[in-house]
Amino acid sequence: MALNQIASSSSRSNLLKPLITLFRPFSSSPADNTILTVETSVPFTGHNCDPPSRTVETTPTELLGFFKDMALMRRMEIAADSLYKSKLIRGFCHLYDGQEAVAVGMEAAITKKDCIITAYRDHCIYLGRGGTLVEAFSELMGRKGGCSKGKGGSMHFYKKDGGFYGGHGIVGAQVPLGCGLAFAQKYSKDGTVTFALYGDGAANQGQLFEALNMAALWDLPAILVCENNHYGMGTAEWRAAKSPAYYKRGDYVDGMDAFAVKQACKFAKEHALKNGPIVSTFIQLLFYYRLVSQSNAALERLHWNKQIRYRRQRILCSIGNMTAALSTPCSIIKFFGSFPFIILEMDTYRYHGHSMSDPGSTYRTRDEISGVRQERDPVERIRKLVLSHELATEKELKEIEKEIRKQVDEAIAQAKESPMPDPSELFTNVYVKGFGVEHVGDYGEFSIEIRLSGEKEGSEMPPLSTAEGWCGGRLGLEAYLLGFEGMDFSQILSYTEGNESFNQEAETSRPKLCFGISGLNMKPYTKIKVGYAYNRGPVPHFDPMRPLA
Amino acid sequence: MLLHELLLFEALQEGLEEEMERDPRVCVMGEDVGHYGGSYKVTKGLATKYGDLRVLDTPIAENSFTGMAIGAAMTGLRPIVEGMNMGFLLLAFNQISNNCGMLHYTSGGQFTIPVVIRGPGGVGRQLGAEHSQRLESYFQSIPGIQMVACSTPYNAKGLMKAAIRSENPVILFEHVLLYNLKERIPDEEYVLSLEEAEMVRPGEHVTILTYSRMRYHVMQAAKTLVNKGYDPEVIDIRSLKPFDLHTIGNSVKKTHRVLIVEECMRTGGIGASLTAAISENFHDYLDSPIVCLSSQDVPTPYAGTLEEWTVVQPAQIVAAVEQLCR
Repeated sequence: MALNQIASSSSRSNLLKPLITLFRPFSSSPADNTILTVETSVPFTGHNCDPPSRTVETTPTELLGFFKDMALMRRMEIAADSLYKSKLIRGFCHLYDGQEAVAVGMEAAITKKDCIITAYRDHCIYLGRGGTLVEAFSELMGRKGGCSKGKGGSMHFYKKDGGFYGGHGIVGAQVPLGCGLAFAQKYSKDGTVTFALYGDGAANQGQLFEALNMAALWDLPAILVCENNHYGMGTAEWRAAKSPAYYKRGDYVDGMDAFAVKQACKFAKEHALKNGPIVSTFIQLLFYYRLVSQSNAALERLHWNKQIRYRRQRILCSIGNMTAALSTPCSIIKFFGSFPFIILEMDTYRYHGHSMSDPGSTYRTRDEISGVRQERDPVERIRKLVLSHELATEKELKEIEKEIRKQVDEAIAQAKESPMPDPSELFTNVYVKGFGVEHVGDYGEFSIEIRLSGEKEGSEMPPLSTAEGWCGGRLGLEAYLLGFEGMDFSQILSYTEGNESFNQEAETSRPKLCFGISGLNMKPYTKIKVGYAYNRGPVPHFDPMRPLA
Repeated sequence: MLLHELLLFEALQEGLEEEMERDPRVCVMGEDVGHYGGSYKVTKGLATKYGDLRVLDTPIAENSFTGMAIGAAMTGLRPIVEGMNMGFLLLAFNQISNNCGMLHYTSGGQFTIPVVIRGPGGVGRQLGAEHSQRLESYFQSIPGIQMVACSTPYNAKGLMKAAIRSENPVILFEHVLLYNLKERIPDEEYVLSLEEAEMVRPGEHVTILTYSRMRYHVMQAAKTLVNKGYDPEVIDIRSLKPFDLHTIGNSVKKTHRVLIVEECMRTGGIGASLTAAISENFHDYLDSPIVCLSSQDVPTPYAGTLEEWTVVQPAQIVAAVEQLCR
């Protein structure tokens, strides 16, 4: 169950225990293996494939799990809203409330081995993939305990072991990445799929079509999901796309209904694994042109290109017809041919603006927002389902919500205690294994432990300066001394390389570099300039007696 | 030591093939790399040997297939992206900068992107402005990537192998005019270091730092200079990001004069960064200001004579050295 995943991934916190005990003594708790059937709100429409049925099977556990997960996500986003307003979260914060059904429904249909990649509205999907509240809030507040160590921020949540590949700031750039994930899955014959999420705004990006083309060309197990919340930043979809049907979107799924999402994703995964990806609407439309123009007997003899040229008006008209056709729930359009490759359109809605700096009311009316909230709110829908199947009483659900609120507050408190990242973290993870940013000069976090070698002088002096130096190389590190404060190399009589720690994988990410130096009139130093040479491979050992000058 | 003779593109192919043999996760993607064999024959024969998925012919969509390579690298594959011409990779700049360079950092170290992006760049023989671009100056500020430039068959093969084995994203700059250079390289396997510069000709009077095709112009000028009695030290810096300040520093401390000869533009080029790096670190060792000879800040014209004067010629190098050593 999704909640258990959250429970196990948070470090044995006591936050969730009361919730689990609350779960057990429900007034009428049917056995876990009871199958309930739920009907989705509207039927699916599909092109070039038979869409799945409206009836979804589920269990009480799953139903309650949906409720808890979505309520948790909703609460987290609202809490993030107030954190932003109190300036604990800075920069950009894109909230997902209203769209939780997509995250939760998708999670229910797939495994952790399948990959999800999305854009910047990623907090809830991160939770769904196994992320914890504390990690999420820490990352939002830029703390060390965050999922990306505080270096990513709201738009860069990742969870490698949960199969969550982010978290991307540039609109649409994640779709080719998603195709790459699918490519890797095809390459290694994993039997897994990738869900690449993007928005209706991103659907106008060129790289989306490039990615669609490639995914269809190579039968990649990619499912492109358009989370259509009808507004691309501040511009409505009909103002951004000449033909919203052409430019987006795909097999229609009601994105506010978690079970519809689950059914669609399950169907999509099975289809993608069996047939390869399902063809894009775009390619279908190309054939639709053909269909339309071929239907006119007079044009039948013309070459297809000419048909396009001479029938431009008719084609536009056809697009209009098709748009109308697509928007009616029960329409199913079948074309000839059997291409693989799916795009799913999740018809969803976000209550907040595009980001925290957008009030969300300049391009849409408050009535519209409250209308959607009343009629299609995903959490409400699940609540009604739970009550109608008598899995819990109204009071119990309210208890759950209260508990969740407490959970979120505690997570925020815990996240606030997490420290800011170390200054040396500025330079870590730029390159792998510490290579790269060359410290030549005075950086407060970096200094070298100097010990005078005991063997020659016969006396062991205490370290003159100690710290943890950030360094390390994959094949071995050679550090050479550029200089000391107040001392030049002519005074160094001998130099022995330090211990082995920097030649191997160090347990800590910051091994100590140790030199032994014997010389006359050594003064204590606090700053040492060190330069690096990395990955030397088979080269002569650095000869310390060879003067640098 | 047993040697065999081959051309630079064959050396690249050899390196690539050895790495593909060694690690099944290595794959190639690019335009015309598969059935066509690569527009410069670097991937010739690989598709028949390794199959269409491993040597992938992509459509002409640089932005997305570079993105695809990066996505695949996030899961552990080691793709090599070939840009048919480096200039085309400008279309993929977003993917290279934001995703390739930064993902390791923004994910807090969770994902590594062991991708190699390679392709020919540089001024060729009257290829026109858009096909004669030097992208090393545009890419150099991207944090998180490494850049190397190969110039001989020996270092081409070594750098190719090192780049593929590296866990960091590496951009390997080749040059359109250098693909047919012939050299004898060792039979046995060797991998060069990605951060090391190459001492081409040791000397005493002046340090000449160069890379890629300009190395040959410099060596030509060096002949003239030797006849005139100068003793230039020529270093092929190879590693464009980061600079091998160890080798360069040693040289500067010996000769006290630096001349940088590059094919990049003057403004914001590799030479500009190198000048800054040397001035900061070795200022006390310099007897005279660093001289940087770069291409003119103009789009490369088509006309042959004009194109010749866009890039640095040996005569200019000789004149600069004479000026410097006065």
